[in-house]
Amino acid sequence: MINSSLVFTITGIVLFAMGAAAVIMMNNLLRRILAFNLMGSGIFLVLVGLAQRQDAVDPVPQAMVLTGIVVAVAATALALALVRKLHALSGRLDLPRRDNG
Amino acid sequence: MKRWSVILAAIALSVALILAILELGPAGIDLRLPVAENMASSGVTHPVTAVLLNFRGYDTLLEVAVLLIALFGILAVGMEPLPSLVKPADPMLQRLARFACPLVIVAGVYLLWAGAFRPGGAFQAGALLAAAIVLLHLSGLWPGWGTPSWRQRLLLSGGFAVFLAVSVAMMGFGALLEYPQAYAGLLILLIESGLTLSLAAILAGLFLFLSRDTGGNP
Repeated sequence: MINSSLVFTITGIVLFAMGAAAVIMMNNLLRRILAFNLMGSGIFLVLVGLAQRQDAVDPVPQAMVLTGIVVAVAATALALALVRKLHALSGRLDLPRRDNG
Repeated sequence: MKRWSVILAAIALSVALILAILELGPAGIDLRLPVAENMASSGVTHPVTAVLLNFRGYDTLLEVAVLLIALFGILAVGMEPLPSLVKPADPMLQRLARFACPLVIVAGVYLLWAGAFRPGGAFQAGALLAAAIVLLHLSGLWPGWGTPSWRQRLLLSGGFAVFLAVSVAMMGFGALLEYPQAYAGLLILLIESGLTLSLAAILAGLFLFLSRDTGGNP
């Protein structure tokens, strides 16, 4: 049975997996931050989708998503500030690669 | 090689999660009934606002604290003033921004008021007000922020302080973050008003402290 709840949840899962893969693959820190936000958006979609699984919508996951969005904004801004400082100090946008010998 | 294994792992993860979702049983704890039963004592009539500000007030209090701490982190990292990257905007954009800002402020105040009985509330209203400030900044009408003055500090931390003061003052009536039923609506409106102003300042600060430039008004 396909309903809107299932569509939201599956889209969220796919977004989460894409973000997780990108966090591992990308070297550029800005792209990593974007990918991390994609993971978060996927989780929010899963929560919102699961909240409306039954007829009546559950308000508790929705309130949690609202909280989560604000925390994600704060974390992103802090990460961007750190990346900008790194760029100002070392002129690079990726972490130094360490070869495991 | 590594790239392909990561992509394959991500596909396998999403397939496994989707299969798990399709087989998902009913939720172990159903919170809809307790929320619906206690709506009358929450002081508001919209369930999401009731959960945010009353039933799970801890979440919201700590969330505002997280926002403040992130802002402290940005200020602690310390930014050298960079030459302004934003070109001086053309007069058309400035005129439009001047025209849009009062409308955004009206919409924000409406969202704050509407939060008691329909979708809306302090966070949405604060985000709108912050967007108005960022719009003014990007069109060159509002300079980036340097080291905050004591008035700015008061504004940034005021919402959290009001929230904390109300919840501590209500300890006499019961537990922390528990409002007496008769005043719950009024107290929630007080907290949300303080939060709206503070959140607008914090969210705008996340942007404006980062985009500190040497210029200011073009």
